[in-house]
Amino acid sequence: MSNVEIQSSKSKTRGKVPGPHIKLPKSAKSPDAASAIAGSELAAVDLYKSYRKGHNEIPVLRGVNLRVGPGEMLAIVGQSGSGKSTLLHLLGTLDAPDSGEVYFEENRIDNLPSAGRDVLRNKHFGMIFQFYHLLPELTTLENVLMPLMIAQGVLRYRFCKQKNVRQAKHLLDMVGLSHRLKHKPSELSGGEMQRAAIARALVAEPDVLLADEPTGNLDKTTGEEILALLRSLNDERNLTIVMVTHDGAIARQADRTVVLVDGVVQEA
Amino acid sequence: MYKLLLCVRYLRTRYIALASIISVTLGVATMIVVNAVMQGFSHEMLDRMHDIGSDISVTGLGLDGFPDPEWHMNRIREVAGDDIEAMTSIVVVPAAISFQFNGQWITRHIDLVGIDAATHADVSNIGRFLQHPENRKQLSFLLRESGYDTRDHEGGADAKERLGLSPAGWEYRRQRAAWNQTRPQRDVMPEDVPAAADAGDDGAPPPDLFAAGRPPEAANVFDPAKQQNVGVVLGMALASIRDKEGVAHFMIRPGDDVRITFPTAGTPPQAMSDTFTVVDFYESKMSDFDSKFVAMPIKKLQELRGMIDPLTGVGNVTSIRVRLKPGRDLNDVRDKIQAAFPMPAPVRVSTWRDQQAPILAAVEMETVILNILLFMIIAVAGFGIVSTFFMIVVEKTRDIGILKSLGASGRGIAGIFVAYGFSLGTVGSLAGMGLGLLFVHYINEIAGWLGMLTGRELFDPAVYFFHEIPTIVHPFTVSWIVGGALVIAVLASVLPAIRAAMLHPVEALRHE
Ligand SMILES: Nc1ncnc2c1ncn2[C@@H]1O[C@H](COP(=O)(O)OP(=O)(O)OP(=O)(O)O)[C@@H](O)[C@H]1O
Ligand SMILES: [Mg+2]
Repeated sequence: MSNVEIQSSKSKTRGKVPGPHIKLPKSAKSPDAASAIAGSELAAVDLYKSYRKGHNEIPVLRGVNLRVGPGEMLAIVGQSGSGKSTLLHLLGTLDAPDSGEVYFEENRIDNLPSAGRDVLRNKHFGMIFQFYHLLPELTTLENVLMPLMIAQGVLRYRFCKQKNVRQAKHLLDMVGLSHRLKHKPSELSGGEMQRAAIARALVAEPDVLLADEPTGNLDKTTGEEILALLRSLNDERNLTIVMVTHDGAIARQADRTVVLVDGVVQEA
Repeated sequence: MYKLLLCVRYLRTRYIALASIISVTLGVATMIVVNAVMQGFSHEMLDRMHDIGSDISVTGLGLDGFPDPEWHMNRIREVAGDDIEAMTSIVVVPAAISFQFNGQWITRHIDLVGIDAATHADVSNIGRFLQHPENRKQLSFLLRESGYDTRDHEGGADAKERLGLSPAGWEYRRQRAAWNQTRPQRDVMPEDVPAAADAGDDGAPPPDLFAAGRPPEAANVFDPAKQQNVGVVLGMALASIRDKEGVAHFMIRPGDDVRITFPTAGTPPQAMSDTFTVVDFYESKMSDFDSKFVAMPIKKLQELRGMIDPLTGVGNVTSIRVRLKPGRDLNDVRDKIQAAFPMPAPVRVSTWRDQQAPILAAVEMETVILNILLFMIIAVAGFGIVSTFFMIVVEKTRDIGILKSLGASGRGIAGIFVAYGFSLGTVGSLAGMGLGLLFVHYINEIAGWLGMLTGRELFDPAVYFFHEIPTIVHPFTVSWIVGGALVIAVLASVLPAIRAAMLHPVEALRHE
């Protein structure tokens, strides 16, 4: 269902902007890239990203190549400051690379217009963060419903409300938070907040889950519970998961681990 | 959907924004109150001006007037008969009035207006301003026995008493005549005796109410206890002085005699002088009029000034006053009538609005400037909203990043803040409307309380002539003000909203 939308927005950009678009020559898949991304759910080709601080340019990513297969659970490890979060943001189209390409189901997504990227983040990617990032004014249930509210206008939301709420409750039940529906984030523990964040990431039935140190702020046991949850999502729902962590023990639970060193990705 | 939800949540948790909207509320309330009072005052003023004058005047160029008013009236009827309700003719001349007060002679400048008591009230609402209830129904230049109002009949329940108007009328005139008999030299005007003789000589003496009962030997001796001179209606401010408390002290009363000196017709004009008996007071509360206006019968004035053509017996008039049927367009009819008297006809046609044009323009200008100034207050409040909203956007930066990571568009995020501004603006301006309307409704009570608190009367009827603060609430004005405030609130939220929409999601997420 999702493919159609992405395809169309992509072909639109191609058809609409001929010569002057500077990125267009690059966007044409090189034979190399084509083979690199073939059959992948999410892929990065030759990503460069640097931050500018005054006159100095700090290169963070220097040609990252990465391929995540459908249903794969991938862990990205690396030292603090190595650029793991930066990479994850690029994969999730929250940021744009200086050069290089990001592909989702073999469609290029890093150069989509912002409306296309919004839809992508809303419907195809679920994101969870180290600091949970729940909205403090909303209850747990409302936080979980948020992606659906964003996707649907007032009328449509009202119309689908029962179904939406049922789905959100089901997910909250699954992460073990059914007794915390009406609580505000400030009334939840870290583990509970992260569970709520996971439920929120899943409510729109995404294809890929992007997790940035989901256990980084939790104690060992709670972290393991969260990881077990992600593990089961991957196993049972065949959800593609890209997880950033600097904890080797956690990374070992993934199907595959890559290391981010000196701005490039190496197989562990 | 999330826009609404978040907007509502922010409304409930961000009281600081409500504080910023209070200035909008106060601005709206002030504008409503000020406009209501301004409109009240100007409506009251215009209403009185309209009642003083007439819809349309056809006025001659000089003091001698133009001949044959009948012919002119017929001509007017020919061109605009359908629009016309009534007509009357008047003679206006500058004059001087003299009367004795506290043993001193006082002379003042007046506009002496000769009116036709029978038809004048059809055209001008003169009756409204008179002090005797019977005269209000039908003006008569004959002195009334008694019964003049001892309170301002337009003054409301707490109007000050006017003890000077009791006794007044024949009752008073008889008392004074008796008093003068005991001390004959005290009150005698230098020309009193010849004037009385004049009044007897010229063949049109004041109608003698007591002729039947009068002994024959007294027939040609003027007896002030039983006879009156020609009646005049005096402007209230000519006859009385107001003290600080707003109490009128009368220098003359109905029943007193005054001397009026006016120019005769012809070139050069001669000064002509006669004695008249005051029969009523005229109080329009427009001090310009009340301190100048003196009315007398038009026939008598035409006679005394020599304006009557000896051949036809028809008198000149200086002006024809026209009242239109309700709902007719003043300027339209004026132009029709003017067309019937093309230049160089010696008459000018004007509406009462034309005559009051400078005051009307001044009032309008005042209203516009005041509204601009007050709207500035709301605009200033708008800047308060801008800064508060920027603060909220900064505070909510991380949440904005979260929403973007969940797929919210920049437009959607901007929508949250614009909706937020709109709802705050609605709350603020509706509250302002309520406050303003409430204030207007209880304005006199509020002025009273404030007066009691400060020990100074805020709205002093002695100064303003109205017994309470007049207010008019135009729904159009109110909706205009409320709508304007709403637009300002929304505009003020647009800038912070755009700023929120443009936040970079990653930087927003990193924001602490
Ligand atoms: N907006 C920015 N401006 C300048 N430098 C930045 C910016 N954002 C990130 N960096 C730098 O980029 C590098 C990579 O940051 P990033 O957050 O991706 O690291 P990380 O691997 O996620 O680290 P951690 O494990 O601590 O979360 C860091 O050295 C950081 O200082
Ligand atoms: Mg990080």
